[in-house]
Amino acid sequence: MSASQPQSVQLEDIEIQLLLEAVFLYYGFDFRDYSQASLKRRILERVRAEGVQTVSAFQDRVLHEEACLQRLLLALSIQVTSMFRDPSFYQTFRRQVVPLLRTYPTVRIWHAGCSTGEEVYSMAILLQEENLYHKCRVYATDMSADVLRKAREGIFTLSAMQEYTANYLRAGGTREFSDYYTAHYDHVIFQPSLRANAVFSEHNLVTDGSFNEFHVILCRNVMIYFNKALQQRVHKLIYESLVMFGIFGIGNKESLRFTPFEDGYDALDQHDRLYRKVR
Amino acid sequence: MMAGGMTNSADGGIVCVGASAGGLAALELLLAALNDDFALPLVIVQHRGRTAGDGLCEYLQKYSRRPLDEPEDKEEIAPGRVYLAPRDYHLLIERDGFALSTGALINFARPSIDALFESAADCYGAGVVGVVLTGANHDGARGLARIKECGGRVIVQDPASAASPSMPTAALAAIATGGGVDHVLPLSGIAPLLSQLARRLSKGASYGM
Repeated sequence: MSASQPQSVQLEDIEIQLLLEAVFLYYGFDFRDYSQASLKRRILERVRAEGVQTVSAFQDRVLHEEACLQRLLLALSIQVTSMFRDPSFYQTFRRQVVPLLRTYPTVRIWHAGCSTGEEVYSMAILLQEENLYHKCRVYATDMSADVLRKAREGIFTLSAMQEYTANYLRAGGTREFSDYYTAHYDHVIFQPSLRANAVFSEHNLVTDGSFNEFHVILCRNVMIYFNKALQQRVHKLIYESLVMFGIFGIGNKESLRFTPFEDGYDALDQHDRLYRKVR
Repeated sequence: MMAGGMTNSADGGIVCVGASAGGLAALELLLAALNDDFALPLVIVQHRGRTAGDGLCEYLQKYSRRPLDEPEDKEEIAPGRVYLAPRDYHLLIERDGFALSTGALINFARPSIDALFESAADCYGAGVVGVVLTGANHDGARGLARIKECGGRVIVQDPASAASPSMPTAALAAIATGGGVDHVLPLSGIAPLLSQLARRLSKGASYGM
């Protein structure tokens, strides 16, 4: 027996491919090398939310109503994340990376695909506590202007703070987490000092090139949304944007294996996915 | 453009198992009872805490007769291996391997059983064997129905024998309209059945036999 997709699914996959081609040709946004399964889930959610019956009908609306495109872009660029996600990553960063950063007069850090900023504020807190933030220049980029705006504001829901506090403590935080924000009704605003040295700007990892050389590049759980071919290209971009002995951090279930630049790095901490460019 | 054609379709078979409350004990038994030459990939979503430690994988490895690991993003799906969805990611199936996602909770869960089942159905179609075990919510019900729709085989742990019956019960209800479950079994019957199906699917035989 040959196990195969039902015809309806084959058709759906074709329609999705056409949609992505159309969005690229007409609007210039390139999702063609995004990882298929999660992309399809998000597109189908959008199709349902727009109340149309097929991906082809959705494509019609996307092409003829720009607001519909904007809704699609937002859906494709929202990442769910939390502050101090994987606290052991931050522990290891404190222990292994911070001593290296102390040796530089200025430290340039790139949060590539910063989403709504949780990682940016987490790292800023860590660097302030380590008395390093003042000499850091932080670049937080994302492909979506809407998402960047949220990141710049530093506003998060109050309900998330319990989880974030627990993560912060597990990450080796040395103060009261609530010192870092002020609460207003159902949301909190993080202290402006935590973004004083940060620049939030648009950058698309798929289409844009390198724009600086960094001592630290964090790209955690961003490339999981790309297919293998696109991942290779982004790895090249990141490798070329790192100074020699610069530090690269990825998500705890991501891998450098089988990427062309695998040999360019030594593992600083394999468990927490922190690597140093050595070649 | 996707290399190799327009669709994300994979040949062969894949076994997908979903478990929630009570799942640990159930998986211990299931994994220990698989035959040594189990020849399909077996992918498990066990609901687990977002911040829990790495211990679940090590724990289940002790019981599993086949090699068991948490896959990394884009890792290939190898026959005869057991894969456990890592904490705080959705585990999805693609033609060329696994894909991880940090998307929103689905049925209050990440990893979600529906996410695994639906992506497997999409990709492997009639080659999927979907199994829903004990649990206290409804994750997996919709996914199991999808597997059924796409021609796969569906197995549900008998609610009467499950530590938490509501998840298998919800799964049975969800596929009732689509032709019903293929097998409702106590745990002890599931592993031998999986071994049998794995033998058939990996030899390319038809389900109808």
